[in-house]
Amino acid sequence: MNGISRRGLMKSGVAAGVLGLTGMPLRAAATRGGKFTAGLSGANTSDSWDSRTHSDLFMIASCHGSVFDCLTEVAADGSLQGELAESWEASPDAKTWTFNLRTGVTFHNGKAFGADDVIESLQMHIGEDSKSAAKPIVEAITEMKKVSDSQVQFTLAAGNADFPYLMSDYHICMYPAGQIEEAIANGIGTGLYSVVSFKPGERMVAKRVDDHYKGDSAGFFDEIEYIAINDNNARMTALMTGQVDAINRIDFKTEALLKANPALRIQEVAGNQHYTFPMLTNSAPYNDVNVRRAIKYGVNRQEMVDKILQGHGTVGNDSPIGHANPYFNDEMEQLAYDPDKSKFYLKQAGLDSLDIDLSASNAAFEGAVDAAQLMQSSMSAGGINVNVIQEPADGYWSNVWLKKPFCASYWSGRATEDWMFATAYEAGVPWNDSQWDGDDSARFQELLLTARAELDSDKRREQYFEMQQILRDDGGVLIPMFANNVQAVNNRIHSPEKVGAVWQMDNARMSERWSVA
Amino acid sequence: MGNVLSIVFQRLALGLLTLLVVSIVIFVAVNMLPGDFAELILGQGATPESVAKIRTDLGLDQSLVSRYFGWLGGMLTGDLGTSFAQLNFQTNLGGGGGVTVGEQIAPRFANTMFLASVTAMIAVPIAVTLGILAALYRNTVFDRAANILTLSSISSPEFFMAYVLILFLAVLNPILPSLSNIYEGMDFSDRLQKTLLPALTLTLVVTAHMMRMTRAAIINLLASPYIEMARLKGMSPMRVIVKHALPNALAPIINVIALNLAYLVTGVVVVEVVFVYPGIGQLFVDSVKIRDIPVVQACCLIFAAAYILLNLTADILSILSNPRLRHPK
Repeated sequence: MNGISRRGLMKSGVAAGVLGLTGMPLRAAATRGGKFTAGLSGANTSDSWDSRTHSDLFMIASCHGSVFDCLTEVAADGSLQGELAESWEASPDAKTWTFNLRTGVTFHNGKAFGADDVIESLQMHIGEDSKSAAKPIVEAITEMKKVSDSQVQFTLAAGNADFPYLMSDYHICMYPAGQIEEAIANGIGTGLYSVVSFKPGERMVAKRVDDHYKGDSAGFFDEIEYIAINDNNARMTALMTGQVDAINRIDFKTEALLKANPALRIQEVAGNQHYTFPMLTNSAPYNDVNVRRAIKYGVNRQEMVDKILQGHGTVGNDSPIGHANPYFNDEMEQLAYDPDKSKFYLKQAGLDSLDIDLSASNAAFEGAVDAAQLMQSSMSAGGINVNVIQEPADGYWSNVWLKKPFCASYWSGRATEDWMFATAYEAGVPWNDSQWDGDDSARFQELLLTARAELDSDKRREQYFEMQQILRDDGGVLIPMFANNVQAVNNRIHSPEKVGAVWQMDNARMSERWSVA
Repeated sequence: MGNVLSIVFQRLALGLLTLLVVSIVIFVAVNMLPGDFAELILGQGATPESVAKIRTDLGLDQSLVSRYFGWLGGMLTGDLGTSFAQLNFQTNLGGGGGVTVGEQIAPRFANTMFLASVTAMIAVPIAVTLGILAALYRNTVFDRAANILTLSSISSPEFFMAYVLILFLAVLNPILPSLSNIYEGMDFSDRLQKTLLPALTLTLVVTAHMMRMTRAAIINLLASPYIEMARLKGMSPMRVIVKHALPNALAPIINVIALNLAYLVTGVVVVEVVFVYPGIGQLFVDSVKIRDIPVVQACCLIFAAAYILLNLTADILSILSNPRLRHPK
């Protein structure tokens, strides 16, 4: 792998783990046994086994990744496979979905898993005062029917070809019907590992379940321990001194020290997380597509990747669809930094120069203020004078985002195109942060609905490619960069060559896929 | 003795008043920070409806004054309340008993006390011994070296001392673990080993103050006539200091030790974060981040109470160590 530069590797879309120069042989088969200790960030003292409240890695890796299961699962290569559902089929209009459940599965307390559990687990998200992040997904189901103990049928309000994908959401874990409160209190799922001890915001220990339905093909450790280490430095030191086997989110400032340690390797995966600058397209001057284009050409994207992400990312093309998505449009021409084009589009808008305010805070993403300042200097060459307003980090999401006409933001990305679009680009959804639903978005909104119900993969590809092109040319969100997921692992732990890119740490499923080397 | 008791009661009453003022200050200050629990817990996902929903659930929609008195009322009946995070979680579940603030804080507080005791056990003897030796060999190389070392360690920020210790004792010479994630059911020796690095860091931070005070208090007395008398009797310098000077210097020394012990309880926030030590300091930081007022209030009251009680103890001990104060005319 020496001969390939990181960027080259990412461009080719391989999204593979970059191995250290240790020459450790990759083995085909994983062996059972041993203990795995990971130091993970994103833990809180308010954490619980309630998957509706999860939003960060520690609980996602513990709950969705180890102790609980979903109906479906996104494999490391981005394809969808069954987890508690064995198979599924759709009606031709993608409105009715029938899931065949795995039989002989039991929860950690011995209760058998069946259709009732599925229905009750989904209903958790739609109570009137539900604050679940998966509420919109479940609300789209108009009817849930138990066909038999091992078969459920869902009827959707509108066709959705991605519905099985949505069932892999880490919020939608399967709980035992009638014992949900108990299951949330003690962590009783159907996952590969059962809880030994759990201290919110401190640590989670779990042991491998004997006779699990996934058999010998997954879950290779006897015991796993996740330690909550939110502090960057403490996490790096814990890995360097061998107290943990793996950490997420390495600190780029001390990356060289990790690289110099022959016992460790760095995994770098091009993910879907992207940093954005939404413009409110229903307010002047951003309601003019030419102004938006002038801004798009005025940003030096490569400089931002180099300086803000320190090279650990790829340039964005103003589309939120990343390398880890199934229909990523890799044929689009990359938007380049071109002050002349900036000036040209300003002229088209009838302007000689443009003064705009850009609101940023590091609450949006680490380095957002620096990124705004880089934009300020690069855009001035194209005749756009940017006034950077540094907003307070506290209350940023409620006071600035969706309110200020041009601000910094981020998205962690979604596993499918429709999911991402439905979250932040569909007309009328609350998080449409560019308010892009006017006449000039008509074609995009139309394609969004057609593609959603389209079961034919080739047609969908065409539709999604066109949508990404529309966003690149006319959309209201500037997306200068995609961040890589960068994590580090001790060489005593083996991880498969292909590492999941949808979430950090192999889609948070390292306890399932990794093993002792 | 009656005199001492009346002082204790007076001071305790004043302490209660201080706690009340502290609770008001903290309550107002936390509320003045931008963003509240509802907005912060929802983050990017904060829609006006969900924010409003959480606010009603937690009573955040009521006025500041009525919220404060509601909390105070509970407090006076011994109920510290339930943390917002827990309440929010319960409404998600549809009711059901959760963990109260008291139950949340108790294990964390025990951990912090453990760290403070280990540190005190190391720091106090070292500081007092160093102080006595520095007084004995004042203005020698030893005195200067001890002063320079302790002063430079107190002058560096705690996290810096922590990283220096991690570098030398965990990374270059892996003797001690850099991760102090102690947990229930750990045996005592493991626990002690994991606690040692943060304890050493705190030792470096608190030693200078105590040592300098010991040294100064003793040197101050060495000019007194009765010390001269002792010296003229032919006593050895060590004996003069330990037997004659030290008992009279105890009051200021005890005062400083008590102050530093209070610091060990209240000032450990940074050290706990660096070493991932599950003490009350980390809980405090987490709670401030999400504006979880009941937990923040409880933590602050504990900090304030620790200060007040340890200061009181210091005063009482210095009275008891001084016969003139013990038997007033």
